[in-house]
Amino acid sequence: MIYFIKRICIMIFTLFLVSVISFSVFQIIPGDPALSKLGIEASQEQIDVLRTKLMLDKPLSTQYIHWAGNILKGDLGESIRFSRPIKELIGERIGVTLSLGIYAILIAVIVGIPLGILNAKYNDTKFGVCLSIFSQAGLAIPEFWLGIIFLIVFGIMFKLFSLKYIPFSQDPISHIRILTLPAFALAISRISVVARHMKNIILEEQEKDYVRTAYSKGLSMNKIYVFHILQNALIPTITIIGMLTAGVLGGAIVVEQVFNLPGIGTLLINGVTTRDIPLVQGIITYIASVVVIINFLIDILYRIIDPRISI
Amino acid sequence: MTIEIKNLNVYFNEKTKLQAVNNLSFNVKKGEIMGLVGESGCGKSLTSLSIMRLLGKNASLTGEINFLGENILNLSKKEMGSLRGKEISMIFQEPLTALNPLHRVGKQISEILKIHTSLSKKEIKVKTLDLMQEVNLKDLENTYKKFPHELSGGQRQRIIIAMAIACEPKLIIADEPTTALDVSTQAQIIDLLKEINNKKHNSLLFISHDLDLVGDLCHRIAIMYAGHIIEVIEDLKDAKHPYTKCLLDAIPNPLHKGNELYSIPGRVPTLAERESGCPFAGRCPIAKERCHKILPELLEREDRHLLRCLYV
Amino acid sequence: MNKKIKDYNFIIGGGILIFLLLVMGVSFFYLPHSVTEINTGVKLSPPSSSYLLGTDNFGRDILSRLMKGSQTAFLVGIISVSIGCSIGVFLGAVSGYFGGRIDEIIMRIIDAMMAFPGILFALMFISVFGVGIENTMIAIGIMSIPTFARITRSGFLREKELEYIKAARVRGASNFRIIYHHILPNVISPIIVAATMSFSSAILAEAALSYLGLGVQAPNPSWGRMLSESQMYFMIAPWYTLAPGTMISLTVLALNMLGDFLRGYQRRQGKI
Repeated sequence: MIYFIKRICIMIFTLFLVSVISFSVFQIIPGDPALSKLGIEASQEQIDVLRTKLMLDKPLSTQYIHWAGNILKGDLGESIRFSRPIKELIGERIGVTLSLGIYAILIAVIVGIPLGILNAKYNDTKFGVCLSIFSQAGLAIPEFWLGIIFLIVFGIMFKLFSLKYIPFSQDPISHIRILTLPAFALAISRISVVARHMKNIILEEQEKDYVRTAYSKGLSMNKIYVFHILQNALIPTITIIGMLTAGVLGGAIVVEQVFNLPGIGTLLINGVTTRDIPLVQGIITYIASVVVIINFLIDILYRIIDPRISI
Repeated sequence: MTIEIKNLNVYFNEKTKLQAVNNLSFNVKKGEIMGLVGESGCGKSLTSLSIMRLLGKNASLTGEINFLGENILNLSKKEMGSLRGKEISMIFQEPLTALNPLHRVGKQISEILKIHTSLSKKEIKVKTLDLMQEVNLKDLENTYKKFPHELSGGQRQRIIIAMAIACEPKLIIADEPTTALDVSTQAQIIDLLKEINNKKHNSLLFISHDLDLVGDLCHRIAIMYAGHIIEVIEDLKDAKHPYTKCLLDAIPNPLHKGNELYSIPGRVPTLAERESGCPFAGRCPIAKERCHKILPELLEREDRHLLRCLYV
Repeated sequence: MNKKIKDYNFIIGGGILIFLLLVMGVSFFYLPHSVTEINTGVKLSPPSSSYLLGTDNFGRDILSRLMKGSQTAFLVGIISVSIGCSIGVFLGAVSGYFGGRIDEIIMRIIDAMMAFPGILFALMFISVFGVGIENTMIAIGIMSIPTFARITRSGFLREKELEYIKAARVRGASNFRIIYHHILPNVISPIIVAATMSFSSAILAEAALSYLGLGVQAPNPSWGRMLSESQMYFMIAPWYTLAPGTMISLTVLALNMLGDFLRGYQRRQGKI
């Protein structure tokens, strides 16, 4: 229980640091935010009013507290370009990114784990070497390039998957069809990560004493794999999934662009290109916070599942 | 004769063929507790793993291991699998790592019954609790549900012993079962093994580096050095081989308080360092020139006393 | 057999890398065609004897542009790894050696930095400081600090308890001397592996940023930007997209394989 509370405190502190980083980086921008919002034509009076409204005349710490306080209330500020609350903008688009992310992780896990098991089993054979090389290749290929190729080959040339986005609520099957290509593009490198991790863990577990005991009881190799090794190997895999989540969010930013999906990624790129600082700041803070929280949840889940560790 | 090992050789590494066990021969009779003693690296654990055929991929074996008359080195994987746990079982040195950390201990005992018997789930549970009682565990229902890390070292070793006796095997191999335990628990486990042997008349191959322990427990003792058996005796007092005598001298004796502790000069040669001739020649206090050239045979001197030495 | 896999890594990875380094080296002195000259007459032509990898939408030789692009890739890689390594190793060493409060604080900051996934950090940096090759290199460099910090820190935590360090302290060695002269050389090996992996990550990151138009800008050549330029012509000139993508993949593959080999080699040496 004590550990649990300690972890929560660490998480809160990390979130705090994330917000500080987020806040500080954007303070370095030269120029007057009020001026850039209103344009050069604006009068000094209008600029002053906006400056007061945006609290630009107060010390940094006050500005930070104000900004952080707003975030805790759920207010991420307003986008300059869209003149709408960032919260709304994110809300509209988070579903896409979420679906894409979950889809990609599912593929990575469902394909990666069996692949890793196979690789471990046939480790010292030619087949195993081939799998390893494929794994390596999967990690090396840029996911957005893969996305481009998938998009054009399977989407346009062979018209296997349509390209216009449809939300889940409207038509679940089409929704999944739309997201398949980008999800696979994202998933390929993650499949390699998962497979490689599984393989290493299984090879490690194979050398352990309890496996030898299982053999001495007369269990066959296959049964040992299924009933003893796999369980022990799957538990650390949960932490890998946590890492995957962060990576998938990062990768989704570019892949959404390739497939022109209305997700948070394209919104962010939009913001960076148009120098919509509040938007960029808001989205980045949001994503980083999500990553911290998910990692925390994964850590807790891990501790619940492993009987050797108490929460 | 429960088990008879003839000319067992264990090699490692295809290319260099390092030999860990040399032309080993010994036997264990029904109901006999046989001790296999030696320093680390002499090959005693390897011998036991060879009997169970649990050696790694880079080890190769030649020779015969006749279990109840049949050479088990010729058995298929499946046949060996039905032998392990049922006719021959093993107790390991480190009980914590020998148990699956994610399974409850009761389930781990039940598993061996599930593999080798056709009892129903209920019957298996009953038999498991019986076994746990036989190994002197207390508070059975609760202990059944515990995970290995929740038990003490002695309790864990008892679980492993329960697994080892579950199917009434003819031969139990105990590979340093007490080395990882504290002295008082050690004594309890040794007594337990004696008790089991008295009741069930199984053969027990007890491997250890502790001469005292072995002297107390075993009917016969085989002493190994650098992959060879150099003496087999029934009573440590009758030991004649220079190595055995050195080992006995090295046991700290409270009566010699104040004197320097005796230790055999030099160290056990590694696999690559082993030369021809008597394996102990390099460190033997009475070694002559012939000893470095000729490997003595293991000969029966007096009544069931086997000795490998040219000069004793 | 495991040894054969390791050898595989070394042979294939090393081989590809040497080839790429050769290509890059040659590119400083010789390019088959001009990289900037526009020649609409031969635009989007397939690979031929004069244009080994075909031409792009401006009639420029793709091979020459790829070769020039390799300079950018390696430059970005080296600079960003240097930044990440120097700052990261410093932080990790201080954190691991002194422990206590300093360790806690530095590690929390590192954790917070790792919360920004993928190129998020770089995007944040670029939105503040603007696009271009310099900012790209710095941004990617900062992104790799956490990896180096963690690896260095765990190495220091391990080494500082060992006997030879206690012996050095007893001899009156200063903290700086212990860190720099004694521990660091023993911790270098995993750092080198991390550097290799960071190099390949940097190349991927630069490609992604340049693809988005936020990384290396014209006229500096970049494989990533070539990918975005080529996207619309994929149907009629697939070689235009395939060439830079393959280059990126090969480079990253080679670096990863070498990194794996180094890691396996160190493991066999006993994690020295």
